[in-house]
Amino acid sequence: MHRLEILFRLAWRNLWRNHRRTLIMLMAVVLGTWAMIFMTALMRGMVTDVVKDGISALPGHVQVHHPDYRDDPSVANLIAVSDADLSARFNAAGFVKWATRVRVPAVITSEYDSRGVTLLGVDPEYERDLTFVDYDSVSGRFLESADDSGIVIGKKLAETLNTKVGKRIVLMSQDPDNDIADRGFRVVGMFEANIKAFEENYVFAGKTTVQKMLRIGDQVSELVVLGGDYRDVEAEYNKTVELIDGSGEVKRWFELDPYLGSMLGVMDGFVLVWIIVIFLALSFGLVNTLVMAVFERVREIGLMLALGMRPINILGQIVVESSLLLAIGLAIGTGLSWASVQPIKDGIDISIVGDGLDMWGMSSVLYPELLLSDVILANVVVLVLGFLASLSPAWRAANYEPIEAITKV
Amino acid sequence: MTAVRCVDLCKTYRQGEEDIKALDHVSIDIAEGGFVCLSAPSGGGKTTLLNAIGGLDKPDSGEIYIAGRRIDNLSKGELAELRLRQIGFVFQAFNLIPVLTARENVEFVMQVQGVPAGERQKLAGEILDEVGLAGLDDRRPADMSGGQQQRVAVARAIVSRPELVLADEPTANLDSKTADGLMELFRELNEHHHTTFVIATHDKRVMSYAKRLIRMLDGRIVDDIVQDAA
Ligand SMILES: Nc1ncnc2c1ncn2[C@@H]1O[C@H](COP(=O)(O)OP(=O)(O)OP(=O)(O)O)[C@@H](O)[C@H]1O
Ligand SMILES: [Mg+2]
Repeated sequence: MHRLEILFRLAWRNLWRNHRRTLIMLMAVVLGTWAMIFMTALMRGMVTDVVKDGISALPGHVQVHHPDYRDDPSVANLIAVSDADLSARFNAAGFVKWATRVRVPAVITSEYDSRGVTLLGVDPEYERDLTFVDYDSVSGRFLESADDSGIVIGKKLAETLNTKVGKRIVLMSQDPDNDIADRGFRVVGMFEANIKAFEENYVFAGKTTVQKMLRIGDQVSELVVLGGDYRDVEAEYNKTVELIDGSGEVKRWFELDPYLGSMLGVMDGFVLVWIIVIFLALSFGLVNTLVMAVFERVREIGLMLALGMRPINILGQIVVESSLLLAIGLAIGTGLSWASVQPIKDGIDISIVGDGLDMWGMSSVLYPELLLSDVILANVVVLVLGFLASLSPAWRAANYEPIEAITKV
Repeated sequence: MTAVRCVDLCKTYRQGEEDIKALDHVSIDIAEGGFVCLSAPSGGGKTTLLNAIGGLDKPDSGEIYIAGRRIDNLSKGELAELRLRQIGFVFQAFNLIPVLTARENVEFVMQVQGVPAGERQKLAGEILDEVGLAGLDDRRPADMSGGQQQRVAVARAIVSRPELVLADEPTANLDSKTADGLMELFRELNEHHHTTFVIATHDKRVMSYAKRLIRMLDGRIVDDIVQDAA
């Protein structure tokens, strides 16, 4: 205890002995920490944006399909349980956001052209907030009920087909008996999406209407559940597995889209590399500062050794000094990055630099994401590596010959 | 009981082409409670001998015993422990830790020894009074005169009541009045606590306090007299 007290006292006083040098080093640590944490928050924000958009295309964090649906997403592979039955189970389970859909490939034809699309038969009430379409910004209107007889298509597709709200198109697909199932729809709305490809690929029609057209009774292709945090969907997953009870294949979003899923892992690795690279830049300054400090204090280190202080305590002093410096720098740097995130918490417009960003699945508004785990990671990495980096100058100091050191001029 | 026993110590330093015999077959016995002055012209080997006795420097040959225990073959750690617990040092070259105040410097050894804060502060305050530095407790070395610094060093050397005090020119920066004061303090400790003192000095006044005066020249003992202290 006494020894610790003296170690901290000496370390603290020595730290402020050369104000200028300490302040410069402190600034470097603060800046480095800020760069680590703030930039990570921005990068996280970008990745989240990409992942969320990606998930919104699926959409749903946890999905249920017929086991063969993913290989052949046709009417042949529907969930065995009826929609009414699924609704009863999932409504009772108290999920906040979930929906069932009919989702099959179809061909849409206008009088000018035709395109292959994915037909989503949805119940607009359940689908709200689940899909990438914002109901209120649809030109025309979105579907009003599951048996709505209209169709909502993307702006881009409307251009391609040379159609617009109020005009009619024909949808064509197959029924379970491999007979043609088709139906005419009036275009009631056109949506815009962050990702232009969605506007070309997806069309929305009422679930019941689509079920009738495909002659599939009360069956659906998929059931989706949306959780609170896309990073942690285990609770939703487990509950869903329990409710489905073997009558469908339950998958998490990152299993459905491994590429998207791997982005999170890649991002975690990238954050670590980023933090370490910045630390390495810092460590040159840190080690240099410590080497100089130790060199300047040869005589007093010799004196302490001569008076009987153990070398390990000399080592401790230097390490504590370096750790104090890092800890202060980390505290200020962390505070600063938190403060810099506050004004842009509700998103910053990066469209100036962001032309063509949507190609990467990114929107032009960036929401920084300050994760506690990243803050902890940065702090721990700096403290641990800083400790290791300070060992070498500290070791040198601890191994001075007292008499030689004390008489150094 | 002998406090310090040196048997045939030799130490040679190489300076360029020349071999310098800093200790040349030095043998001495200093009894417990001794009050010894080492006097020699500059370069005579005083510091080298004190460092050897204090376990800071190994002789090339010979044996050293402190309180009957042979120390020239101890490990670094054992020597550090010996210096910490049994010996008080006043160094010639450098004595105070610049970032600590006078009082903290005095407390330093006790703190490393693990003496509780209350006791430490009480002893440090008392000893600073005794060496005439009352009121200067919170000064850092840089804000004290050479003489004041020297007295802080002396206070630190004696505050924990070591059995043996090795002082290298303890009065070098002091006026004669202060020097006398310090020597009186040493003598009092010597008489009341039986502390053994070995003091290297050029100062005739200091020598006059000694019960025994050892003169050295070029690493050899040339004279060893028991005298009546002043
Ligand atoms: N580390 C060293 N390297 C080389 N020579 C040394 C070393 N230490 C001491 N010497 C030499 O050994 C001799 C004895 O030195 P020492 O310091 O013991 O003398 P001293 O009596 O203490 O002198 P002073 O009164 O000047 O302090 C001197 O000639 C000195 O130059
Ligand atoms: Mg000397």
